Amino acid sequence: MTTLTPESSRGPAPSPGSHYLEVADLQVHFTTDDGVVKSVDGLSFHLDRGQTLGIVGESGSGKSVTSMAVMGLHTAKNAHISGSIKLGGQELVGADKETVRKLRGKNMAMIFQDPLSSMHPFYTVGNQIVEAYRIHNDVSRKAARAHAIEMLDRVGIPEPGKRVDAFPHQFSGGMRQRAMIAMSLSCDPDLLIADEPTTALDVTVQAQILDLIRDLQKEFDSAVVIITHDLGVVAELADDILVMYAGRAAEYGSAEQLFNSPEHPYTWGLLGSMPRFDKAPTDRLLPIKGTPPSLIQVPEGCAFNPRCDFQPRVGSACLVERPDLHDNGGDHFVACHIPPAERQKIWAQEISPRLS
Amino acid sequence: MTTSETEPTPAVDTTTTPRHASRTPDRERENLLEVEDLVKHFPIKGGFLSGSKSAVQAVDGVSFTVRRGETFSIVGESGCGKSTTARLITRLLEPTAGKVTFEGKDITHLSDGRMRPLRRDIQMIFQDPYSSLNPRHTVGKIVGAPYKLQGVEPEGGRKKAVQALLQTVGLSPEHYNRYPHEFSGGQRQRIGIARTLALKPRLIVADEPVSALDVSIQAQVVNLLEDLQQELDLTYVMIAHDLSVVRHVSDRVAVMYLGKIVEIGDRDDLYDRPRHPYTVAMLSAVPVPDTKRRHQRERIRLQGDVPSPINPPTACRFHTRCWKAQEICRTEEPLLLQIGTGAESGHQVACHFPEEPSGPAGIPG
Amino acid sequence: MISYIIRRLIAAVGLVIVITMITFAIFYLMPRLAGATPETLATRYVGRTATGATVEQTAQRLGFYDPVPVQYWHWLTGVVNGTEFDIGSGVEKCPRPCLGYSFRNKDPVTPEIMRRLPVSFSLAVGAAVLWLTFGVATGVLSALRRGSFFDRAAMTVALAGVSMPIFWTGVMSLSLFSYKLGWTPPGGQYTKLSDNPLEWAHGLLLPWITLALLFSAQYARLTRAGMLETMGEDYIRTARAKGLRERRVVVKHGLRAALTPIVTIFGLDFGLLIGSAVLTETVFGLPGLGQLAIDGTKNNDLPQVLGVVLLIAVFVAIANLVVDLLYAVIDPRVRTK
Repeated sequence: MTTLTPESSRGPAPSPGSHYLEVADLQVHFTTDDGVVKSVDGLSFHLDRGQTLGIVGESGSGKSVTSMAVMGLHTAKNAHISGSIKLGGQELVGADKETVRKLRGKNMAMIFQDPLSSMHPFYTVGNQIVEAYRIHNDVSRKAARAHAIEMLDRVGIPEPGKRVDAFPHQFSGGMRQRAMIAMSLSCDPDLLIADEPTTALDVTVQAQILDLIRDLQKEFDSAVVIITHDLGVVAELADDILVMYAGRAAEYGSAEQLFNSPEHPYTWGLLGSMPRFDKAPTDRLLPIKGTPPSLIQVPEGCAFNPRCDFQPRVGSACLVERPDLHDNGGDHFVACHIPPAERQKIWAQEISPRLS
Repeated sequence: MTTSETEPTPAVDTTTTPRHASRTPDRERENLLEVEDLVKHFPIKGGFLSGSKSAVQAVDGVSFTVRRGETFSIVGESGCGKSTTARLITRLLEPTAGKVTFEGKDITHLSDGRMRPLRRDIQMIFQDPYSSLNPRHTVGKIVGAPYKLQGVEPEGGRKKAVQALLQTVGLSPEHYNRYPHEFSGGQRQRIGIARTLALKPRLIVADEPVSALDVSIQAQVVNLLEDLQQELDLTYVMIAHDLSVVRHVSDRVAVMYLGKIVEIGDRDDLYDRPRHPYTVAMLSAVPVPDTKRRHQRERIRLQGDVPSPINPPTACRFHTRCWKAQEICRTEEPLLLQIGTGAESGHQVACHFPEEPSGPAGIPG
Repeated sequence: MISYIIRRLIAAVGLVIVITMITFAIFYLMPRLAGATPETLATRYVGRTATGATVEQTAQRLGFYDPVPVQYWHWLTGVVNGTEFDIGSGVEKCPRPCLGYSFRNKDPVTPEIMRRLPVSFSLAVGAAVLWLTFGVATGVLSALRRGSFFDRAAMTVALAGVSMPIFWTGVMSLSLFSYKLGWTPPGGQYTKLSDNPLEWAHGLLLPWITLALLFSAQYARLTRAGMLETMGEDYIRTARAKGLRERRVVVKHGLRAALTPIVTIFGLDFGLLIGSAVLTETVFGLPGLGQLAIDGTKNNDLPQVLGVVLLIAVFVAIANLVVDLLYAVIDPRVRTK
């Protein structure tokens, strides 16, 4: 068993040593009057160009805080970031603000959950794309506008020459998200972070947007991080999946490993909580007991222990020692005190049969 | 500070027959709620200079029946009129036309005063567990409010009744004197559910009851709703956009598009043998948590967006996005007609060219 | 957009008409309810020494015996078309806009108001420029450095500014800058802008600063609150994610949205201030409209007061109209709905 290092290969296209995005032991803490909120507390992962990483977790798991840290968007004074975030080999943690700003939008871009509130209501869609393009490209307004129209066309907005002068509120929800994507891709970024990109959208529109992200990724050969609470969405898009709980990685592996042989009790709980659309209807859902922990007082030992059905079988280790992310041997990382062989047995004999 | 939540152990025996797996609706059961040609148009005020009056045709001729003890769900995308329908049934909105019959009684245009006794029988659960509870009232006061409003004195006193209700929904009686902000989202939704149960309603209309909750909490609440239904003989009308959750909880499902029901049927008929192209497209769009299926699945990509309900397309409202649309779809409105036979006789679809039973969605049962 | 403008215009005209009705009712109807008769009203013009017959005649000529709606109509047509008055000393022409005859000096009200309007207008414009500049700038800086020394100091000063009455700040600044240091001329002087712009500004400097201090404080607090809210919006995060410089994020994305409510309040404040900077005008002895209104009130000179009130109403209505149109310029959601 080895702990996760940047050299570990993950996913179908291993390129050891030089991943486009490398996050190591990331910590994002916020000092508040009530105490220190440890939103992200020792997180490591990496991603190559052309690959998609899905980060899954419930509210408060730290998934959005992580993406904001990568983008350098934690501007609040009470935010303390440590660890390492390397983008194309360049260290971002502790880097000069101006350096990170120049990377934002150009090398890394982001799309958000609610495209209506994420676009400025007073400026036309075209102007917002033009603005994004011209920060990083020294071109005339006319050229930038032509580029904006081209981008709108590329993301499937009909009559882009006309729609470029429309305001966000004149677009439908799906069209707005397309426009957001056009804006974020206007400078051809190498890394695209999509934070719950389809949560606010209807199911048929969601399908369109997921297809669009997939197609554009192929075309631009970018690295994509998709952050969501919906396991269905990551199953559609992700090559690798990182399951987060209370600011840490619970499980990290390929999408196939996570869905077909998950080893962390929290992942089992998530799978049991979802009604399965692809299988015969079950009698009852199998929820996780209790509620997510407060990030000010994270439980001692394994943060998941109060909600874990298997903690009594393992014993006191779960209550006192925080489990690290370990490779189970198959390039599949799990932070759990249950021995790997035992975990695999529990999945095969107890969990898997109840899910189908 | 969030009160730690113990394993929700509703005071309900849940180990009885596995009912949900084989939800075969009992066609013999009597109708609790009948909705006929329900219409709701919201007029749009055009200032006093622009005289032309138009209306948002939110619900435009919807008919269905809900049988006692079943879960009837209405699904559809935003703007299809499902939430408006819920508010019409519970008479939070006044229908423009049509008829709502509850237990054989026409309640369509009952005055507030005449409606009040019926409010005990028909209750509503809302989506947002944060805004629907008064932050300045204790849990005891919130859950006990219906007793006060209706002037009912439960046996053994209000406090005891409220504490029993809290236990029923998996909370602790000690939570009586706490305030909503001390609870997590899932617990707040439980408080909301306890409140709706106070007067022993017969029909609960739940508008997106779990969509604001985290996945693990969502499952707890779904299970709770199912347990309560069995124990208290409740009838649910569920409004939801999550097709997986709807499939899990429903006996029968209606699909709405732009103010009209396009398909209605027993859960398995509708999910396994969808007939309306819109239903087929919607089901095929649901992301499935299975990586193996990612590359095999045939997905129907609907083009464009839902048209505006102010000026909906003529005849079949889906024709602008339908891959099967012919001339007749633009000129003649398809009626909601029975399509199945035998055990599937409750399956109705409003389409000139319905899909064959083994449609391309082909989700294995 | 055009229909929007037309609708707003009609609303503004309607507003002015309603205000004239209300003021007319207050000034002409209320005295009657309180026991005044047409005769007592007419006495104000002809004096107490006149005989009962003269009084009656005057009341007759001035239409005081007519029903109130008729009187209102006469007054309104007077405003629109001008009218003729006969208060006993022969018929006098009162050209439009005729706001009536002063009870006291028997002169038409309009010319006096027009004489004083530039004073009040100059005072309001200069003060507005100052308070907008300082108030908004302070508010933005405070919001951006929330919790800093600057923020706390600025907000303390702002609180003090709001709390200090003009008759105190005004008198203190006069005694210091004018009488002690001699930097500014003493009160009671007004030079027309067309005569000598420099003198005009010099003479108004202290009143401007005094008035601006009060309003800057309010606007700083408003701007700060607005900026704090706006800078937390999702679109600000988007602007930063694009890689914009912070200055551009603040000014182009944050401030523009935060200013919307301030524009509304500014329109009303400015319109009102034209006729109601009474304290400032009194302290600095400026012959403005506020003083005229006060004089009118003191002397029971109803036409004079009514004239000023109508003018203020017109200004408020215009300011409202301008605000509504500005809104449409600032926020596209208003004009494309």
